[in-house]
Amino acid sequence: MTITLIVLGLYLSLLLGVALGSHRLFRGTGEDWFLATRTIGPLLLLGSLFGTHMTAFSLLGASGEAYHRGVGVFALMASSSAVVVPLVFFLLGPRVWRLGRRNGYVTQVDLVRDRWGSSALGTALFVALVLLLVPYLLIGVKGGGITLREITGGAAPEWLGSALLCLIVLVYVWAGGARGTAWANGLQTIVFTLVGGLAFWVVVDKAGGLGAALERVAAERPDLLVPGATIRPLELASYMLVPLSVATFPHLFLHWLTARDERAFRLPIVAYPVAVAAVWLPSVLLGILGAVQVPGLEGPASGSVLVRMIRDNAGDALSGLLAAGVFAAVMSSLDSQSLALSSLFTRGVVRHYAGSDPGPRPREVLLGRLFAAGVLGIALVLSMVVDRSIFRMGIWSFSGFTALAPLIFAAVWWRRATRAGAWCCLVTAMAAWLAFLLRSWNEPGYTVGGGGLMPVAVMLVLSAAALVVGSLLSRPPAGDRLLRFFPAEEDAP
Amino acid sequence: MRGWGPPGVGLVLLCLLHNDLWWWADLRLVGGLPVSLLYHLAYCAVAAVAMGALVRRRWPRG
Repeated sequence: MTITLIVLGLYLSLLLGVALGSHRLFRGTGEDWFLATRTIGPLLLLGSLFGTHMTAFSLLGASGEAYHRGVGVFALMASSSAVVVPLVFFLLGPRVWRLGRRNGYVTQVDLVRDRWGSSALGTALFVALVLLLVPYLLIGVKGGGITLREITGGAAPEWLGSALLCLIVLVYVWAGGARGTAWANGLQTIVFTLVGGLAFWVVVDKAGGLGAALERVAAERPDLLVPGATIRPLELASYMLVPLSVATFPHLFLHWLTARDERAFRLPIVAYPVAVAAVWLPSVLLGILGAVQVPGLEGPASGSVLVRMIRDNAGDALSGLLAAGVFAAVMSSLDSQSLALSSLFTRGVVRHYAGSDPGPRPREVLLGRLFAAGVLGIALVLSMVVDRSIFRMGIWSFSGFTALAPLIFAAVWWRRATRAGAWCCLVTAMAAWLAFLLRSWNEPGYTVGGGGLMPVAVMLVLSAAALVVGSLLSRPPAGDRLLRFFPAEEDAP
Repeated sequence: MRGWGPPGVGLVLLCLLHNDLWWWADLRLVGGLPVSLLYHLAYCAVAAVAMGALVRRRWPRG
């Protein structure tokens, strides 16, 4: 176990070195801390977008869900994301980047507030985004705790791993801002992708090869190899809507704006489907093999199956490396989420209500850092009392973000969308999200009417309908404001 | 939104093909993997090709 912890410690030191190294390039301005002064090229943009998107959900959550539901989990989230996520990047990324550079946006709150000329609408969106980010943050914090607990055989309590993770993320987000986060994410994306493959190879090799391992699954748990045994057709179809959530993730929005230019988006768009498959395939297969090797894990406990498989099948040094991979996946999201929350707070609320200049820019950076520390502290405390499956918490968070997606699409694509329509969309999305959350709190496998339809489908239809009806029943927006968003000469994809 | 006909039809088709209900109960291992999982891996590769085509043909000018 000592060797395991030394290897993990070495990785965390390397990560801090890379992130803190980026601090030498820090220019001391809010724009640099939040957006790395828009200098991120295609490769690093791919690394930061992908690293931010893949989290404990994709490793611990995916394997934990596959443990119970088998191969169909890959179709539910991975192959659906392979189409929907890059498509959203294509439709929104370059357009948002262009508007952000032209009008000085840092967050979605800036964009929405300016698009519809409503301060209150922006503030309401801020509240909604923070509310939806809480379960998403919990996924990462809990994932870190589970990893350290399992890799030490229970010697380290879950809260210790969660606290360590928060502390490290805080240090490098504090020092490096967007640039430190992008550099750290680039490194962490490489680490968790390689390590995921390595973990898979080690476990499968020990099981006598993939063929032999799956033959054993076919004999003992055939239900895990046929999607139809655990997943209903309507469920598969409606899960396709869940990845639409990337349209509204504040942490991805922030990374879009760090791009050097619009062309930087091309590589992430094309490479995303393959990258998603590369991370999810080992996670799902390890979860399935775990159902045979480590049977008997009930409910949320299956979130630890990946780390247990690593611990049981790899040597000490390799276990440390593999634990580092899981930490990498978790931290590469948590850092961007913390940065995004702090930018939402300082730029979307403090600067807005304190006037155009609340003080010297270093003070703005400090406020951002303090807010990030506060949010991570809250997530840490909540992680000790909330006991839900990582996969389920993720789906609930993503569903809420998906329900808000029409708002962001309308802001940059639909001229006729009005302030009243935007309010209708926001209120309907959040009301539907809360209603379904309360309805299903004690029923983990809840679907609408029990027929397999995921609540996300109903939420999305309701919020989109509210946007359209509200807009068509109100007066069209003023032409001069629209010109800033839809210049006549601008080409659209 | 001019010129979105063919790519739009292609994307809708891609989304429909995600629902591989035809081997929803098929236990065969093909190429060492459950047949449905292999299909979805291939699906990801096709999605990458589709995104490449989209970027080449529909990237904004200027």
